[in-house]
Amino acid sequence: MFENLSEKLQHAFKSLRGQAVLNDENIQESLREIRLALLEADVNFKVVKQLIDHIQEKAVGQQVASALSPGEQVVKLVHDELVETLGRDSARIKFASQPPTVVLMAGLQGSGKTSTSGKLANWFKNGGHRPLLVSVDVYRPAAREQLKVVAHAIRANIYEGEGAEPNTAAVERLAKEARREAINTGSDVLIVDTAGRLHIDDQLMEEMQSLKKLLNPQEILFVADAMTGQDAVRSADEFHKKLSLTGVVLTKMDGDARGGAALSIRQVTGQPIKFIGTGEKYDALEPFHPDRIVSRIMGMGDILSLIEKAGQHVDKKKAEDMATRALAGDGFSLEDFRDQLRQVKKMGSLQNLMGMLPSIGPFAGLQKHADKVDEKQINRIEAIINSMTAHERMHHEVINGSRRKRIARGSGTSVQEINNLLRQYAQMRKMFKQMGKANFGRKLAAMKLPGM
Amino acid sequence: MIQTLFGSTEQKPSFLDRMKEAVTRTRENLAERIEETVSFSKEIDRGTLDDLEATLLGADLGSVTTQQVLGKLRDKADRKQIGNVDELKRLLKEELLAILNSASIPPVQKTEGLPEVILVVGVNGTGKTTTIGKLAQFFRSDGKTVLLCAADTFRAAAIDQLQVWGERTGTEVIRTKAGGDPSAVLYDALQAATARHIDYVIVDTAGRLHNKAHLMSELEKMRRTAQRIIPSAPHATLLVMDATTGQNGLQQARQFTESAAVTGIVLTKLDGTAKGGVAVAISRELGLPVRYVGVGEKAGDLLRFNARDFVDALFA
Repeated sequence: MFENLSEKLQHAFKSLRGQAVLNDENIQESLREIRLALLEADVNFKVVKQLIDHIQEKAVGQQVASALSPGEQVVKLVHDELVETLGRDSARIKFASQPPTVVLMAGLQGSGKTSTSGKLANWFKNGGHRPLLVSVDVYRPAAREQLKVVAHAIRANIYEGEGAEPNTAAVERLAKEARREAINTGSDVLIVDTAGRLHIDDQLMEEMQSLKKLLNPQEILFVADAMTGQDAVRSADEFHKKLSLTGVVLTKMDGDARGGAALSIRQVTGQPIKFIGTGEKYDALEPFHPDRIVSRIMGMGDILSLIEKAGQHVDKKKAEDMATRALAGDGFSLEDFRDQLRQVKKMGSLQNLMGMLPSIGPFAGLQKHADKVDEKQINRIEAIINSMTAHERMHHEVINGSRRKRIARGSGTSVQEINNLLRQYAQMRKMFKQMGKANFGRKLAAMKLPGM
Repeated sequence: MIQTLFGSTEQKPSFLDRMKEAVTRTRENLAERIEETVSFSKEIDRGTLDDLEATLLGADLGSVTTQQVLGKLRDKADRKQIGNVDELKRLLKEELLAILNSASIPPVQKTEGLPEVILVVGVNGTGKTTTIGKLAQFFRSDGKTVLLCAADTFRAAAIDQLQVWGERTGTEVIRTKAGGDPSAVLYDALQAATARHIDYVIVDTAGRLHNKAHLMSELEKMRRTAQRIIPSAPHATLLVMDATTGQNGLQQARQFTESAAVTGIVLTKLDGTAKGGVAVAISRELGLPVRYVGVGEKAGDLLRFNARDFVDALFA
């Protein structure tokens, strides 16, 4: 998601190669590049200035440590500065000592409050809680209907309430009723979805304040669109002043926005970004990890997230067995290939996965193609392999012309697609064989800080 | 005729006023800050222009467009050719106006006797459905017949939301069940509209991030479907963009234009504090004009965009 910023920063650091001491002059070019990159990433210009000043202050006069190149040193400085800005800890939800814990969602129109409410409910459910959803958005047409559909899809409880006039009294009534419902049904978390509102709409902001008074929420989450530009500081600041936010959810992070708003919002509110939304599916909500995101900003890849994700969905033993066999040379069969595809599918969107890889080193340029990945293609490949006999899957070399025709008919594809698949498969086998020979482990270890 | 629809020949004064009112906040912010910027130093120097740079960056014009706009002013300031604040404002205004005016897409010729099809696209949460409700009102008050097509079959309750707008504006909505094929409902809508000699068909589509190739190709398919019934369709493809959008707006405009041949931008939520300056960058880089601006949640809160009014109001 941040690949462009990463590329730019890396370009800036290239000019620092081979210098002995960081000084005002040799760092200027890099700082200028960093400034432009951060601005293009929609970090607020005031925040950019602060960041640049800090980085310059820390960098100038620094002896270049023998272990690091000047470039690496600036990388480290920028990395630390961005992590510090975003806050070091990944945040948690605060629970009430006396349930229900109330989570109040707030934000501008279209930031993704309703989808996020559903995802949060799903997240609480998976954590063993009993969430109750309620929408007090009596203004936007079909807003409450939308949350109802979402609740139904994730099988979470929802308090629907009676039809309501579009006014604050109705909002307060629904909130009160939902709270009572939560207590009566033994729900330990109440998630309150609210209408989108402008931070300068005094009347609706007052409504939020009275909702806060009424519900005494443990969490007031500001839902913000990752694509937001310079205005992010103003809206976040106003919401925070009026409501004392406890955290931020950054949505639409599966887009290609560079997400500089994360830095801006964190800077003006001082509140942690607790979650990020990474897709339209209801499980596409992830805890926010500042260090990982910064690593990703800087092109070191979000390997940790990837590994965590793999851990959740991949059968480790199976994967290890397969890796050993594949690297040994001939063992990687079409059957293994299909298993792998299935596991990849379980892990979620391929685009997301590819976005987590580092944008330099062996994966350079791969992210650029992430948006071209056609998820349906995986299904087709799976269908092709499904249409093979067990023998064919283990011994791909027996698949001749007439077998190809049969497989194409069986899988609803064409002989050409079968040819393509077999060609790719052969290439993969070859690659695995080579990797097996060239001590793959050491290569992986060396990837930690690639390209510098 | 699309020319009269999107041209500025018949400008109702009320709309002009509304536009001015709508951009007042934007104007106050930008103009006040320019005032602020220059009143500190009576003489305009490089420092003044640097502060002005911050103002333009803060309005989401982006660093490239900001540099371009300021480049010329900077040269003149260096040569002491800009005397005072008014002069500076006038020159800046000219630069911005030139960019916005240079953006234009030739109108698609509509076929006589067949409905005019407007496809409305954009990323999630920009205000497509609301904009369609307002557009319906816009055409209805002009005495035109309108049919709405609920082709956002993906988002929960999107169809119901459009249905409410249909009721508010007295417009029929052609719909299918949630999860249905958007191209199929489009096909039905165009057939119905053709049979009934409807003037405008406005097509709601699901919000989609522009980097999802498979969702973008769905738009291509919808275009092909439309063309099977009305070969010249769609006559306009409006990209609805949230005024709070930062530099990613450029990427949105680029990708949607590639897949859906966007003919214009609708800038929504301009009644907030966001300035929508990315629209200037989009005009500059892609030549895509802004057609309408959204300034509220009511059916009447949609205004025709006029570059001169917009910029005039910015610096009034």
